[in-house]
Amino acid sequence: MSDITAGRAPRDPYRLGRSHSHGLISATGHGEGGPASKFVTVAYGFWIFLLSDIIMFSAFFAAYAVLSKATADGPTGKDLFELTRVAAQTGLLLTSSFTGGLATLATHRRSMAAAQFWLLVTGLLGAAFLFLEVQEFATMVNEQAGPSRSAFLSAFFALVGCHGTHVGLGLLWLGTMMAQLWVKGFRPEILRRVHCFSLFWHALDIIWVAIFTLVYLLGVSS
Amino acid sequence: MSETDGRIEQALDHRDAAPGEERIEEHELAGGLAGYLLGFGLAILLTIASFLAAQTDLIYQPAVISALTVLAIAQMGVHLVFFLHITTGPDNTNNVLALAFGVLIVALVVLGSVWIMGHLNENMAGMTPHQAATMP
Repeated sequence: MSDITAGRAPRDPYRLGRSHSHGLISATGHGEGGPASKFVTVAYGFWIFLLSDIIMFSAFFAAYAVLSKATADGPTGKDLFELTRVAAQTGLLLTSSFTGGLATLATHRRSMAAAQFWLLVTGLLGAAFLFLEVQEFATMVNEQAGPSRSAFLSAFFALVGCHGTHVGLGLLWLGTMMAQLWVKGFRPEILRRVHCFSLFWHALDIIWVAIFTLVYLLGVSS
Repeated sequence: MSETDGRIEQALDHRDAAPGEERIEEHELAGGLAGYLLGFGLAILLTIASFLAAQTDLIYQPAVISALTVLAIAQMGVHLVFFLHITTGPDNTNNVLALAFGVLIVALVVLGSVWIMGHLNENMAGMTPHQAATMP
């Protein structure tokens, strides 16, 4: 602390000026310990974004739930869905979420090799997931079961395609993060971005849980 | 921002956790590598249970939909706790409140749509063959 600011500390009981000289402050971000750190506010803002993204997905889920019987005498989910592929997709995305967690742990250890390796594995698993999904869409379109066939299929392609788009954009983000981590190292702003990415990736897995249950398993069993 | 500033910020924030932050619970069940392994194992078990419930006759057929819903909600819970590190601790109040509001809106949108559209569908007059034939 410099001489000029030395006298100020007692007059700033809530550390609004965030004086660094007094060590630990009990409750930042709760109105009395001063503002929360940038890491917390960035991640919290991204958490709000994720929740609004999930709310957007809920509209697609509602549309699908309402239209799932409106097949217009066309193929139903029972005719179209292949559960082996869905099981493989689920396994790939779940494992990808897990290796994403391992990458986070590696950044905590500040181990560049481990972080890059696990991020790469996460990306490859995500790409394999996306490949299976594109394959499924192509098969369905070839069987005259494209999005224009019935309201059920429009809702299906909108919902599952929206999730697939998120995974695709997530892969681009993942590649960017690997490059930035490699070039710039474990700087605070890079770590914040990597953290936001891992939140995004885990949230996509949560949405996939809802998709494989409500769309695929229910579609095949009922 | 320099590396030192980052460390000072981390030291300041002992009572306030970002969503997904695991430093707070690294000595608890859901923290660290053990937490990820536990969450991964539970998620795999719940996924297998979902596929079994849908594919076999283990569960009374009309109850399959409830079983699948319960299993899906349980798996989302596992993901939230073990992967996104949402806890009930005081440092997580903001995150949990935002999540609760999100869940409220999702429930309103999905259940409300299914409810209202189901009733509309039931009360709508059936199409005559002529109407059906001239549909766009």
